[in-house]
Amino acid sequence: MSIIAMILVVIIAFFAGMEGILDEFQIHQPLVSATLIGLVTGHLTAGIVLGGSLQMIALGWANIGAAVAPDIALASVASAIIMVKGNNFSTSGIGVAVASAIPLAVAGLFLTMIVRTISVGLTHGADAAAKEGKYQTIERLHLVGILLQGLRIAIPAALLIAVPASAVQNALGAMPDWLTGGMTIGGGMVVAVGYALVINMMATREVWPFFAIGFALAAVSQLTLIALGAIGVALALIYLNLSKMGGNGGGGSNGGGSGDPVGDILNQY
Amino acid sequence: MMAEKIELTRSDRMSVAWRSQFLQGSWNYERMQNVGWAYALIPAIKKLYTTKEDRTAALKRHLEFFNTHPYVASPIIGVTLALEEERANGAPIDDTAIQGVKIGMMGPLAGIGDPVFWFTVRPILGALGASLALGGNILGPILFFVLWNVIRMSFIWYTQEFGYKAGSAITQDLSGGLLKDITKGASILGMFILAVLVERWVSIKFAVELPAKKLAEGAYIKFPNGAVSGGKLQEILSQQASGLSLTKMAPNTLQGNLDSLIPGLMGLLLTFLAMWLLKKKVSPIVMIIGIFIFGILMRVLHIM
Repeated sequence: MSIIAMILVVIIAFFAGMEGILDEFQIHQPLVSATLIGLVTGHLTAGIVLGGSLQMIALGWANIGAAVAPDIALASVASAIIMVKGNNFSTSGIGVAVASAIPLAVAGLFLTMIVRTISVGLTHGADAAAKEGKYQTIERLHLVGILLQGLRIAIPAALLIAVPASAVQNALGAMPDWLTGGMTIGGGMVVAVGYALVINMMATREVWPFFAIGFALAAVSQLTLIALGAIGVALALIYLNLSKMGGNGGGGSNGGGSGDPVGDILNQY
Repeated sequence: MMAEKIELTRSDRMSVAWRSQFLQGSWNYERMQNVGWAYALIPAIKKLYTTKEDRTAALKRHLEFFNTHPYVASPIIGVTLALEEERANGAPIDDTAIQGVKIGMMGPLAGIGDPVFWFTVRPILGALGASLALGGNILGPILFFVLWNVIRMSFIWYTQEFGYKAGSAITQDLSGGLLKDITKGASILGMFILAVLVERWVSIKFAVELPAKKLAEGAYIKFPNGAVSGGKLQEILSQQASGLSLTKMAPNTLQGNLDSLIPGLMGLLLTFLAMWLLKKKVSPIVMIIGIFIFGILMRVLHIM
């Protein structure tokens, strides 16, 4: 990695860290951050593929209420750096980078919690400033909070870059075939956990039949994801219109005994 | 002297909407999004209140506890702007009324924002982008990023304007039909797409070979023992073209048998297992690590 590439990677890491808490532009999502790191280090295609693989795993990860999801920002930035330093852009190289992202996502949780605790201090600073009517101080304190979140990813990224590439390559090269192969197999299955999270959140008795239709249609490999999306939108519109035609009695909220997912979420707030 | 009515202009409201994107910046365990909320409202507070006492009171009241989904905060901000504007113009709206509207709206709206944005729109756009990206296609990340931000930015601006114009009347509208339809429509589409994702992307492939199957008479090509004439060769080739097996025995794998039921069946079962474990309060991280260990084990045993 050249010096310029290193600096750019740290800047990307900084933005990913800020976005990890803001959750607005989605720069921290692997699809974006891994692609950007691939771009600045000259391994664009490998970065895109790594981003896609990680994105599939992280589809259902979300910060709900005060609960913190595994840290996808640290996971995607660090695993992209590991992939670039490992200098192996084959399927197995990307597979190992994906697998290394998981423990990093867990480690990142603690960093997030630390910063969120430090930010309690910022709140008290803001209280003091409000008493004086000093809105500029409040603005500055808020920006410090965002800055800390950026550093949360930028510092680990810089440390990882500082590790000599040969050390990373040796460590990756020392992994036996059964380990890398097994991790690739695990990586194929692990996405199920993310889907399960989302399904548990949305499922009601009313919408399960649409799951069945989706599963059966997906087996027809000629249908692309966009085609399936169009079918899904059409089904949703048809269902909404039909349930209104049935009068007030039929269409209403008969989610029934299968539990109301929205209600569960409300309880957390 | 008659005071002129102070109004928030479109550019004031835009400035608030822009700042609301940084709502979660100083998220903390004590009052969560409170500083970000105050940060977003500062342009409006500066415009509406000119004395130090008024500003201090306004800042204090907006540093109270607040937490919701970051995008659905926008309609709440809109309503708050309307209330603050009326208050600045002398309407008898007290702190409790404003805090009441904030607290009253943040729960139900988060209940809409989380499933719609985190569990429907992002998984769908993410999966669309990721499936393109897995083939190395740059359109994957670009599509995801652009579509997401167009949807998000239009949502925060238009719902903030909606809240501002509707004022406190919006609280009644929340239980109204439109939002219910959106949530239900989103969960139908979401469940449909999730099933597609489970089928397409949860990959479980068994490497186990089963004893070969003996094929029935007529399902394989009978090769003559002696020399083959042109006519016979033509017959053999056309038999092969019509799909007859070259050998008496058909290779038989566990995976092939499973796929003939419906492709993706094992992935579906694994997803159901994960859903059940989640309901039993098993942490997703424990499951993820467990699956990697399981994968390594299966590889060592040559089962997968």
